[in-house]
Amino acid sequence: MSDRKTKLAPLPSVNFVPERDAAFTPILECRGLGINFGGLSAVNDFNLAIGRTEIAGLIGPNGAGKTTVFNLLTKVYQPTKGAILLNGVDTFDKTSVQISKMGIARTFQNIRLFANLSVEDNVKIGLHNQIKYSEISGLLRLPSYWKQERKARERARQLLSIFDMQDLAESKAGSLPYGAQRRLEIVRALAAKPSLLLLDEPAAGMNPSETAELMDNIVKIRDVFQIAIFLIEHDMRLVMGICEGICVVNFGNIIAKGTPDEIRGNPEVIEAYLGKGFVGGSESRKY
Amino acid sequence: MKRLSRTAKTDIFTYSLVTVGFIAAQLTQGAGLMSSSLKGQLVPICAYIVMAVSLNLTVGILGELSLGHAGFMSIGAFAGAVAAAVLEPIIPVPEIRLAAAMIIGAVFAGIAGILIGVPVLRLKGDYLAIVTLAFGEIVLNLINCLYVGVDSKGLRISMLTSAEALRLNPDGRVIINGPVGASGITKLSSFTAGFLLILITLFIVQNLVNSRAGRAILAVRDNRISAESVGISVTKHKMIAFVISAVLAGAAGVLFALNINTIVPTKFNFNTSILVLVFVVLGGLGNIWGSIIAAAVLTVLPEALRGFNNYRMLAYAIVLILVMLLTNSAFIKSTLGRPRLKRGAKT
Repeated sequence: MSDRKTKLAPLPSVNFVPERDAAFTPILECRGLGINFGGLSAVNDFNLAIGRTEIAGLIGPNGAGKTTVFNLLTKVYQPTKGAILLNGVDTFDKTSVQISKMGIARTFQNIRLFANLSVEDNVKIGLHNQIKYSEISGLLRLPSYWKQERKARERARQLLSIFDMQDLAESKAGSLPYGAQRRLEIVRALAAKPSLLLLDEPAAGMNPSETAELMDNIVKIRDVFQIAIFLIEHDMRLVMGICEGICVVNFGNIIAKGTPDEIRGNPEVIEAYLGKGFVGGSESRKY
Repeated sequence: MKRLSRTAKTDIFTYSLVTVGFIAAQLTQGAGLMSSSLKGQLVPICAYIVMAVSLNLTVGILGELSLGHAGFMSIGAFAGAVAAAVLEPIIPVPEIRLAAAMIIGAVFAGIAGILIGVPVLRLKGDYLAIVTLAFGEIVLNLINCLYVGVDSKGLRISMLTSAEALRLNPDGRVIINGPVGASGITKLSSFTAGFLLILITLFIVQNLVNSRAGRAILAVRDNRISAESVGISVTKHKMIAFVISAVLAGAAGVLFALNINTIVPTKFNFNTSILVLVFVVLGGLGNIWGSIIAAAVLTVLPEALRGFNNYRMLAYAIVLILVMLLTNSAFIKSTLGRPRLKRGAKT
């Protein structure tokens, strides 16, 4: 498979990337991505490009393969077909750890915090590859340990302040309310300094006012950190409200790609997912 | 630092617990109030405390079950016994010879830890328990047929049937004599040395847990997938915890061996591994000071129960069950309240 290791040329026509990002290599490009579990093709021929500062959405009915796409992007599963290019570099044969170092961070649909550790420690773990010192200086508490630990602490508090969570720093992550746990997962992912942030149902279990706040925060994160955000969400108000590009999947295949307005009017999407009652996009629909 | 964090408080509590215990033991000993059987147990207590704290690193902090911790102790003990004998003419000061023997024993145990860790810690699941279980038995059987002697020409090692196979010069002597074990060991260990080893162990384990690598180890224990998603290498951090645990067990083995005249390989069998595991579970997984108290109390207990004579082990088992029931009962917890420090400990 040595031919796969050579750098793949960029796609000739980049769809789905906002104009301001069009001059740059997309941060993420999937080409014919697919995975089979036994005979079942969970994701098939997945083609997508995401711009450097884009907020993109991935929607579709339950079991359509949305989370599987995220698991492929972060190499929790190895794709059986196709290629993933991150910033123009092929990620073939990379592990989850290497993918993280290459700049993808994610949150999980079923929250995966380090529940027994404090909120601050959770964020510090996210900083693992950002603020470093050797194991020896950690064991012997050499000056670099104190210096870097102070830096990690400051950075963790700073990141927590995005969601106004500094005061919770000492609490146990598992004891936080549900919405705060979701926010903490986003902070932990941001700590890993990603250039692409994957959010798997960030608004699940949130009430309308929390969701509205989350929408503002997602846009804020994109603007402040200048990163791309790719999110899975069932709350159409969030998706239609902040995503610049939307990709709809059903049975592992992409059935539509485009701007919120295009998606809203797409008959196939209405048939498969949005439903005939979805008019104008003002209503919030959850599955 | 103006305000100490909760973990820092727990660490200081643990150091003071050990120091107070040491001073109390020294005072009672000095005042002649300590029974001779307890006096003889001071060094084994120290060794078992180090064993318990080091196993807690693997079982409580890393979250991997290890059933062969006595194997590392055994390697440390016999390597240390040989080292102490060989170094006798070279290093006349007993304290330094003990330290050197401990380092050698720790290194040998650490090498064994690496040999086991490299293949096994890559796997997901409970394979470490199975492999360490086998490891303990393998070490036991290997040392059962290991013959080591020293003479003017240096060290001689044989795996044949008897010590004659070593063909030692007349001035030589046998150090490890197969199933008979190592005998004629010069007593180098002391209670003070044991106390210092405990302090070193605490220093290493607690500093590790509160460092970047330690947080990564805890992350791997709590959630492997999200640890990987933030770029933490799971195998590497499992190795760090497991090898440090093995190294400390090796040092504890040396302390234990150089305290008595004769050690036999069967001393470090499966029962010893389980005994140390009981200390860890009873003290609380991930709770360092809990391991220390459990190890100290449960090492003394069989001797203290001598009055019960034939029913000694039965009483021991009943006490164990009672402690487990009591420490887990919701009623006791709510009336007494859990010690505040325990929440700070990374349980």
